[in-house]
Amino acid sequence: MAVIKVHGHLLSTATQRVFACLYEKEVEFQFVPVNTEAGEHKSENYLSFNPFGQVPAFEEGDFKLFESRAINLYIAHEYTDKGNQLLLSGSNKSMAVLELWKEVEAHQFDPASSKLVWELFYKPLFGKTTDTAVVEENETKLAKVLDVYETRLAQSKYLACDYFTLADLHHLPTIQCLLGSPAKKLFDSRPHVSAWVADITARPAWSKVLAMQKK
Amino acid sequence: MTIKLYGAAMSTCTARVLACLHETGAEFELVPVNLLNGEHKQPAFLAKNPFGQIPALEDGDLTLFESRSMSTYVAEKFKGSGGDLLRAQNLKEAALVKTWMEVESQQFSPAISPIFYQFYIVPMQGGSPNQAIIDENSEKLGKVLDVYEKKLGSTKYLAGDFYSLADLHHLSYIYYLMKTPSAKLINERPHVKAWWEDISSRPAFEKVASGLILGEK
Repeated sequence: MAVIKVHGHLLSTATQRVFACLYEKEVEFQFVPVNTEAGEHKSENYLSFNPFGQVPAFEEGDFKLFESRAINLYIAHEYTDKGNQLLLSGSNKSMAVLELWKEVEAHQFDPASSKLVWELFYKPLFGKTTDTAVVEENETKLAKVLDVYETRLAQSKYLACDYFTLADLHHLPTIQCLLGSPAKKLFDSRPHVSAWVADITARPAWSKVLAMQKK
Repeated sequence: MTIKLYGAAMSTCTARVLACLHETGAEFELVPVNLLNGEHKQPAFLAKNPFGQIPALEDGDLTLFESRSMSTYVAEKFKGSGGDLLRAQNLKEAALVKTWMEVESQQFSPAISPIFYQFYIVPMQGGSPNQAIIDENSEKLGKVLDVYEKKLGSTKYLAGDFYSLADLHHLSYIYYLMKTPSAKLINERPHVKAWWEDISSRPAFEKVASGLILGEK
């Protein structure tokens, strides 16, 4: 089997999203760091991996992909018999329910939470000032989304079904960042969400992603 | 059993699903949701979509929301009769389709949505389009379309030389964009323009286009 390479940055939530999937599936890979600080992600060479000049990018032999959620879907299908099952198979209806909750992460959860991660995590890291108005606006939006999650997680152990799937996994990097910020209260104040967060962030595969940052 | 699609024919996201239903030849019923009366925020509709947005879809005991999950479900269920919009027989082609579906979702949509909102929704609410928002997002959309221009110079459609759900997901928003001054973003890029003319002239889309009447008096 061809070697898998993930081009990205240890601090990038999207790159971590792919690492999480690879560890869950127990698939070996090489991490190829991209020096975004030096603008490497906008170089001609890197643009041939991801024409949008963003991390991560994925290679398996001469097969190339970008967009973390598409990469994860490929890995989950290609390596379906390895590691943990991250898909809901069986009927079209089951698969649709998984797609639905992946869409919710992408279109409802991510827009507000990404802005919070930028303001509360990355800006301080880069020595920039947090915009409290943006934080307030997006905490309000994220709270409404998490109210829907609270109801859902009262009926279902994980978002799509009663086991951990890509729909849950895709949240990990962003949630981890927010747990180190004042926005943590949004999770803590919702018992089912809080239990789900504690569960998914304690998964061994996720701990391996976090360990990469400590090296 | 017939699929029920709850939404409005003129709505971009409802039209995304309509395009897929027509393309696959699936039988369905469009159930109008009265947005002006706030029907989408009432308990009966919230039971279908807890985010209170159109569209929602019912197929027997399955209820879905988020337009892209709905179109994916329809494409999978009716593949064969309506062609293969997801390239399910070939995992690598399927992955490329999913990549460009993600591009629509993560790169294209965030840039075009605010432009659409300013030109179409703001006037409906009695306001005037905010040119600064339009300009800022037009610049972002231009950069995304530069990537499309290059890709469409080497493949006929986004994921390859085959029409797929990745192309289809763009239809309704670009249709509305073409009626605004921001149409130049498409017209100035020859490969993008040719691709748009091709995908928008598909018979299945022409059925949807007749319902895209926002902004018409």
